[in-house]
Amino acid sequence: MAEEKVGFFKRLVSGLSKTRDSIVAGIDSIFSGYSSIDDDFYDEIEEILVMGDIGISTTTKIIEDLKERVAREKIKDPAECKQLLIDSIKEQMDVGDTAYEFEHRKSVVLVIGVNGVGKTTSVGKLAGLLKDQGKKVVLAAADTFRAAAGEQLTEWAHRAGVDIIGGQNGADPASVVYDAVAAAKARNADVLICDTAGRLHNKKNLMEELHKIYRILSKEYPEAHLETLVVLDGTTGQNALVQARQFAEVADVTGIILTKLDGTAKGGIAVAIQSELDIPVKYIGIGEKIDDLQKFNSEQFVNALFDVKTSREEEE
Amino acid sequence: MAFESLTEKLQNVFKNLRSKGKLTEADVKTALKEVKMALLEADVSFKVVKQFIKSVQDQAIGQDVMNGLNPGQMVIKIVNDELVRLMGSETTEIALRPGNEVTILMMAGLQGAGKTTTTAKIAGKLKAKGRKPLLAACDVYRPAAIKQLQMNGEKQGVDVFTMGDKNRPVDIAKAALVHAKSNGYNVLILDTAGRLHIDEEMMQELQDIKAAVPVDQTLLVVDAMTGQDAVNVSEMFNEKVGIDGVILTKLDGDTRGGAALSIRAVSGKPILYVGMGEKLSDLEQFYPDRMASRILGMGDVMSLIEKAQANIDEEKAKAMEQKMKKAQFDFNDYLDSMEQMRNMGGFSSVLNMLPGVGSKMKDIESMVDEKDIARKEAIVLSMTPKERSNPDLLNPSRKQRIAKGAGVDIAEVNRFIKQFEQSRKMMKQVAGMAGKGRGGKRGGFKLPF
Repeated sequence: MAEEKVGFFKRLVSGLSKTRDSIVAGIDSIFSGYSSIDDDFYDEIEEILVMGDIGISTTTKIIEDLKERVAREKIKDPAECKQLLIDSIKEQMDVGDTAYEFEHRKSVVLVIGVNGVGKTTSVGKLAGLLKDQGKKVVLAAADTFRAAAGEQLTEWAHRAGVDIIGGQNGADPASVVYDAVAAAKARNADVLICDTAGRLHNKKNLMEELHKIYRILSKEYPEAHLETLVVLDGTTGQNALVQARQFAEVADVTGIILTKLDGTAKGGIAVAIQSELDIPVKYIGIGEKIDDLQKFNSEQFVNALFDVKTSREEEE
Repeated sequence: MAFESLTEKLQNVFKNLRSKGKLTEADVKTALKEVKMALLEADVSFKVVKQFIKSVQDQAIGQDVMNGLNPGQMVIKIVNDELVRLMGSETTEIALRPGNEVTILMMAGLQGAGKTTTTAKIAGKLKAKGRKPLLAACDVYRPAAIKQLQMNGEKQGVDVFTMGDKNRPVDIAKAALVHAKSNGYNVLILDTAGRLHIDEEMMQELQDIKAAVPVDQTLLVVDAMTGQDAVNVSEMFNEKVGIDGVILTKLDGDTRGGAALSIRAVSGKPILYVGMGEKLSDLEQFYPDRMASRILGMGDVMSLIEKAQANIDEEKAKAMEQKMKKAQFDFNDYLDSMEQMRNMGGFSSVLNMLPGVGSKMKDIESMVDEKDIARKEAIVLSMTPKERSNPDLLNPSRKQRIAKGAGVDIAEVNRFIKQFEQSRKMMKQVAGMAGKGRGGKRGGFKLPF
């Protein structure tokens, strides 16, 4: 497990170091460049947070909190201030122990999100992850809209070595889900994972369709724990917050899969989502291979956000 | 998002200021502070915002405040003009080779940006212009990517060249060009796999394709919702592969789309098209002025106006206005106007484009019950043609029949007819007023809001 973490961390860092000129100069240099805590110092923090896609309003809130604590605790040293900032975001992003409970009980995972964020890929990876734990997994191909989505998921089912319940292109996704529940029951599956079509959160009819799917799952399969994961593209900016909010209105969203973090994007909008909607990031996607889905680790996330050099890296 | 629009904000900031004359440094700075926030909320790159604010500030200080504007509005005008200028002052088209020479377009971008869908959309557009496009499936990595392109190509009636997923994309591109030349195609569009801009190997693949076939235009496909990373992505693609134009997708969402400005600023390449939906026809021209007001959070008023103009038949509109004035508006006209509304994408889509509506969308949406509208339409459709053109015919037994036909309660039919009569009266008044008010400016049909 420890090795796996290093591997993941290395990948995040190597992704960052590959950038021609790192977007974020690294908070270390910024903090060390200041001998006192002044306005310029706070401006630099603002820049780092905004450039990590945390968003200007959440950033402003974070900085106000920070200023208050600095005044209250009479902090004079920029380095100490830095640690305070990092720790508070880490603490906020911490997932908690109960987050992955569904992995260990009979459950159904509904995977939703806007177009192109990586839902089908994430479903495939999650299936692989659970299959590796010895679980019996069934997939429901409820994206009956996008051309070849079913074929794409079938390929993932094949890679993961799990069963798939498919629907004809153009079929009613709700009926696919209904059939999949029956199949999951009949086959005594541990986990049923439902892939759904990408939909923009401002399309009312598509959101209603999703609500219907959610209702079917909660009604037809009450014995299973219902886990609803919104997939967010890590490169998305402030709109991800709107997405999360809208999806949470049609389904009881229990977590986020933050994808595409193997690029240069930091996925900082997750901080805004956590603070505003209290929805935790549970998994992150860092590549196209089946094992490129990892449980979220707040420490690694915040380190990458600030591009903080850690002792682990210095050892190399 | 729960933010007031920039216009509202500035109105508040400058509520008490009606200063005439020149913009003072204080005016400009106050206004630009709000502009900066608006741009950052819209996901414009932090660095681009900084530069932009600085250049506008230098321009704006000391400028005359135009008559009728307050200082805040004046700054907005300068900001807006500058944004439009930055995003390219006019719309640009994809340049095509003349006649039967094959124009080669290569699509490139991150995973999930919408390359495959956009490829088919462009092909459809070019086909409609009388071109003969061929699509080449060069994404050999993502499961079922080839199948997706084939299905989309089929829908558009455009041929797709594939060699399965066992060949190198470079070889597929070369073979596709040979195939295109010998079979009379004059546009070849290469659909490539999504890739990260920092993936050296995959970026090399695009360079190799470019070296192997004479690509005329490399089009970068970018998700309009992209955040700060848009700068890195476009910079790296431009540097490593070289891009000629940009296509912004998923703009039918509610993102402010600041990525458009970032991309323009760092790559200098024009944005050619915007993706506006999942239907293969949903690819539209890029209009810098509209994008500017969208990024600033001022609503997409221009788009609305144009959509209305394109979809509402001028003749019909004039006739309808006449009818409204004389209170001759009948149920046939009702059906017509519903139809026109639908052509514009339905009530919610029209509302969405109005400034200031964005955040209040939820309340308004609940007021516009699309099902209720459908029921009313069913009632009208259950009438005979005679009844539709002469509502006075409707007696109780006819109403009973209509209720049965529409599958609603007779009370609902009565309610609807009463409502209709009332709005007929109201229209007469409104139409009369409008006729006097507007000095004969294009007698267009006024939208009911």
